[in-house]
This record gives sequence, structure tokens and C-alpha cells, in this order.
Amino acid sequence: MRRLLIRNGRVICPATGRDGVADVLIEDGRIAAVGEELTAPGADTLDAAGLVVAPGFIDIHVHLREPGFTHAETIATGSRAAAAGGFTTVCCMPNTNPVNDSATVTTYIVEKARREAVVNVFPIGAITKGSEGEELAAIGSMAAAGAVAISDDGRPVMNARVMRRAMETARALDIPVIQHCEDLNLSAGGDMHECADSVRLGLRGIPAAAEDVMVARDILLAELTGARYHVAHISTKNSVAMVEFARRRGLPVTCEATPHHIALHTGHMRPYDSNYKMKPPLRGPEHADAVVEGIVRGAVDCLATDHAPHAGDDKMQEFERCPFGIIGLETALGVALEVLVHSGRITLERLIALFTSEPARVIGWKGEQARGALKPGYAGDVTVFHPEYPWTYDVKKSLSKSANTPFNGRTFRGGPIVTVVGGEIAWKAPGF
Amino acid sequence: MGRSLLGIEDLDRAEIERILERAVAFQPHGGPTFAKVNTCTGMMVVNAFFENSTRTRSSFEIAAHRLGADTLSITASGSSVAKGESLVDTLNTLSAMRPSVIVMRHQASGAPHFLARHLSTPIVNAGDGTHEHPTQALLDARTILDRCGRLEGLRVVIIGDILHSRVARSNIFLLSKFGASVALCGPPPLLPREMGAMAPGVEIEYDMRRAVRGANVIMMLRVQLERIHEPPMQAGEYFRFYGLRQEHVDLAHPDVIVMHPGPMNRGREISSEVADSQRSMILNQVENGVPVRMAVLERVLLP
Repeated sequence: MRRLLIRNGRVICPATGRDGVADVLIEDGRIAAVGEELTAPGADTLDAAGLVVAPGFIDIHVHLREPGFTHAETIATGSRAAAAGGFTTVCCMPNTNPVNDSATVTTYIVEKARREAVVNVFPIGAITKGSEGEELAAIGSMAAAGAVAISDDGRPVMNARVMRRAMETARALDIPVIQHCEDLNLSAGGDMHECADSVRLGLRGIPAAAEDVMVARDILLAELTGARYHVAHISTKNSVAMVEFARRRGLPVTCEATPHHIALHTGHMRPYDSNYKMKPPLRGPEHADAVVEGIVRGAVDCLATDHAPHAGDDKMQEFERCPFGIIGLETALGVALEVLVHSGRITLERLIALFTSEPARVIGWKGEQARGALKPGYAGDVTVFHPEYPWTYDVKKSLSKSANTPFNGRTFRGGPIVTVVGGEIAWKAPGF
Repeated sequence: MGRSLLGIEDLDRAEIERILERAVAFQPHGGPTFAKVNTCTGMMVVNAFFENSTRTRSSFEIAAHRLGADTLSITASGSSVAKGESLVDTLNTLSAMRPSVIVMRHQASGAPHFLARHLSTPIVNAGDGTHEHPTQALLDARTILDRCGRLEGLRVVIIGDILHSRVARSNIFLLSKFGASVALCGPPPLLPREMGAMAPGVEIEYDMRRAVRGANVIMMLRVQLERIHEPPMQAGEYFRFYGLRQEHVDLAHPDVIVMHPGPMNRGREISSEVADSQRSMILNQVENGVPVRMAVLERVLLP
């Protein structure tokens, strides 16, 4: 029996309310016990004195690019970047080639991840065939093969009837529907947030309303169908307000925010630098503030990176030709600590919840798959981090295959130290 | 990016004044053509035009020759771009041939700004997408100065497709730096309200008759159909509300001048009566293109 004892760390587990120095014992890949001065003869030990010991971080929105775009990222490299960011579980979006719209592709990803990934990888299936927005994908078969949610991320479902049918199907399977909210008619051709800066730079704008109108429509459809509905990478003031409105009506509507949408706004963009180009775009400061406020009030359920690797030459082009997206797994904790905790906006415990118990609730892992808390029987995933030590992000040392980030060279206060997945050490900070 | 000229927004008033004053020395002043000065003999100017252009490219070529520099002009069709090479690779290739300056026009906003970060050769922006066209604003300013003697305190109205116009942006930045008041006028979809925040002294006016009242300068712009990816306003409707006619000129200052950066669509944004009138400075603008570009190239080539 393999055993790992993580000793003397400050254990913070929002789901159980524990916050204090304790030991965590993992046996056979699962949490066996959490308590003071545990003894486990023969167990490997990890001294976590002076460090925070949390449930393994979960990122429910990443792009691993495999199959199809392995020049930008692979399941192997993306999972290593995840581990280096303190993540023990990631959910990968289906916009691969081929699109993950069938049990075959879902199974391929699950099997490939089992062999090559150093963290848990759960696929998200497509809503429609080829993510073309017209005909529902084989949702039941994908769910049976291991898909934990459905989404046409990057290619929002524009047809309200198709979205309704997807929600009805997902409800019966008890999986969430995740929408990238963007009315494509309103955003058509846009490269950045529509504002005074887009006009000044001569770039086509994506208005905040492009996100808002789809959030509004989908909330009404969630009410109609009773589906669990999740807004990906929420970025606008009105969308946050509408998610709160939906929850006041008792609807199972949730949302996530990315670290970059709370740390950066249009005023931080280096003109025509594609490391600041993503969807939704960096919004104006009033929107970034509203998302942070939403996190503080509990309107935003969890953080997710939308880790979106693109190969260097794809991002070395004229701004309007560059693809959307930035990598984010390795900087997520540093950014979130800076914007939310060191600034005094939320507690460290709440931040951990946004990375653990809350995303676990959004997806709804149960039984054998239960995760996101340090409870006996739960997945033996633990994130050990230091909330204060200063470090500087050097993208040249990134474990991701891509380097498209606006945070290169940025110094953070606090970051991951050891990432434990199923009782095994998946990553350790250099020098620890 | 050192001596590059990427946009008017980054220039200060003194630098602009130096260029405008230097241009005077190159004007014909009644002579048959522009001065031939040969201050840049032995230098090489590469004109890399990734978007069609007649007047700007020939104007830059003449300017370079009058300075005594050699020129090489490359257009997108027939170049390596058509064979799928990336812009960075194309420019790096050109740069390896050691030109003194690359004059560049490109359909993407910010393309020269992006390249300037990766290239040691100075770049002169000859128009980037819907962003800036700095030499056009400089020659427009030279033309206004020739006629009005000043920029400060003037009321300049820019009418038409402001959203897609790099000429408008560069002119807005320049005129604002010199204390002119700038009124922008055009159909609402082509004139977002945010444009009023681009620079101090800029106002938005959707009613053309109100906009032109008391104007010292009226600048007309073409509707850039090639950049509008949706059905545009019908031509008749457009001309009725935003086409410049004599009745508008009559509402302006008695000494008003009318300008157009070209290419001009008669009967769409301007009537022939106005375009061919004494008020029209359209050919003066073209003429001033050469001396102003001589001054710009000299600034880059002779630091």
C-alpha cells in the first residue's frame, strides 16, 4: 500500500472548515486521514512546515490542444504546466481536431491522459457536432466515456433552439452546460474590447453587449429547461449582475472568472501585442472591477484559467491575424493571490475554495470521483503552496509548449511548491 | 524603433513643426517642380506596399529621388507574401538587404508598430489599416498652413466614414496638438461616440448642417466600402445627409477651404461643383505630398 504523509503544514480546507497545522495522510491514491500528529509507519513523508496544504486545485477550463494541434500543446505538456501551477485536475475543452464530439475522441483523450498526463484530465464534450452549432453531438455517449460537461467553447451556440435541446439533454444526464457567451453577430471581426482605445488604435471592437445578450438568453433557457448552466470566463458588469439575478430566482446558474480578466484591463494592453489578445477580450476597468466585486460577493463561483496555448509563429503576426488566447496555468495562483488576497478583497480560505470546492461543485463530481476537499475517501490530490514567497515568472522555463502570456517577467508574491496527484508527487518547485 | 515615424500620436508639437517648416524649403515656389537637394545620396528607401496605393507610393518615390536616394518598391502581389511568407519574415528579408528606411503600407492596424519591435531598420508608416496615416496629416497641415497661416483656433470639420479612416485619426491627433477645434460628422455607425474622447477639443456632430457652420476647413472622407463588412447606407441616402454640396459651403466661414485625401467619389461624398471650385484644395494636397515626404524621409535618414 503506497502512503504519503504531508506533515506540519497549515491545512486549509474550505469544504470541511479546517484551518490549522495538521497532517494529511494519503493511502492508495485517496485521502485517508487529516489530523494532528498522524503516524503512518513506512509512509513517504513531505515536510510542509511553513506552507499551506490545500485540496488539489481544479481548473475546469483549459485547452490541451490534443488531438490535432500538438505543435502548441499536448496532454503531456499541458498537464505538466498544470502541475507546475498547483493544479491536480483539469477539464479540457473540446475544440481539438477532430472536435471532441464523440465517445471515440473522449475515450482517446481519457486513455492518452491516463498514460501521459501527470494530473487528472477530464474531457468536456462538444455540444454540437463539429461544434458547428447545428446538430447535437453524441452527448450521452461522451458522458458515458468520461466527459464531465458539454461546451462548444470558442464557438458559442447561436441557435437558441439547439441550445435548448442541449440543456434538456444535459439536465437528464446531470452534467453542466458551459457556454462561451458571445453573440457572433455583435462581435463579428472584433479584435479587442469595444471602447475608446479600440477606436483610437483602429481595431475592430467586441462590445460588452456581445457577451451580455447571450448570458441573458441562456439564463432564460436554463429556467425553461432546469439545466445546470455555467458561464465560462465571465467578463462584463452586466453578465455578473444577470448571473446574480438568475441565482436569486433559484436557478442552477454558475460562472467562472479568469485570472487575466481580474488582473488586467484595456489600460494594461501593450498596443498590438497579441499576448493581450483573447476572448472575451480584456475589458475596461469598470468591467474588471465588477468581476472582482462579483468574486467578493460570491456571485462568481470559481476561477478557471482558459489556458489557451498557441505556437509562437501563430502569435507573431499582425494583431488582427493572431489567434485569441493566452496560457495561464502557471501564473493563476500568483495572479489570484495578488489581485484578491494580498489586496485584502477575500480571505486565503475563500481563494482556495475558488480553486477547489467551488469548481468541484460546478462540475459535480461524486462517489469515486469526489474531489475538491481533504475528506477521507476523496481523491488524494493536494496542492502545497507558499502564500508569500516572491518569484518571477520566466516563460522560457514554462512547462507549456507555448509562451503566449502577458505575465512574462512579472514578479508574484506566493506560488505553488508541491503538487500531489493521487498520492504521488507530480511537481515540485525547483530547489524545494 | 528610434527614428521611425509610426504615427502622429507619438510626435510632439515641436517635431511636427520642424517637419512642416522643412517642407517649405522643398516646395516649388512658382518653379516648375520640387527642389532637388541630394542630401540623402547613397541612401536606399524601400517602399513596401502591402495594400494598393497610387498617390502615396508615387509621392514617396518622387520624394526619395529628389533627396538623391535610391528606391525600391515592392507591392504585395508578386511578392513572397503571396507565397505565404509571414510579414515578419518578409520584412526581415528586406531588412537584410540593408535599406536605410522601409516605407510601409499595410492593411492591418498596428502592423508597422508590431514590426518596429522586431526590426532594426527604421520604418515610416504610409498607412496602417484603420489606424494612422501620419504623412497625410502632415501634408494636410502644410496645406492648411499655406492657405490659412495657422492651425490654432481654426474650426476643422471632418465628414464621412470616420471609423475606418486612418487619415481622420492622424488629422485628429495633429490638429488637437495645435489647438484647432475638430468636429467629426458622419452616419452614427461610421462615427462611434467614443471618437470624441480621442483627443482634446474633439466634438461629435451627426447633423452636417450644424457641423459645417463657421468652419474654416472642411475635410471630406470616402466611405471605405472595402472595410465595411455589412450592408452600408444606401448611396442616395448617404449623399443626401453626408454629401458635401454648395449649400453646406455657404454655411461655413467665408474663407473656408475644402479638402479630400482621395480617392474621391464624386456624387457620393462630394458634389463635382464643390470638388472643382476655388475652395477646393484637393490638388494642393497632392502636390504638398512630395515636399512633406521629403522632410519626413530626411528626418529619418539624416538624424
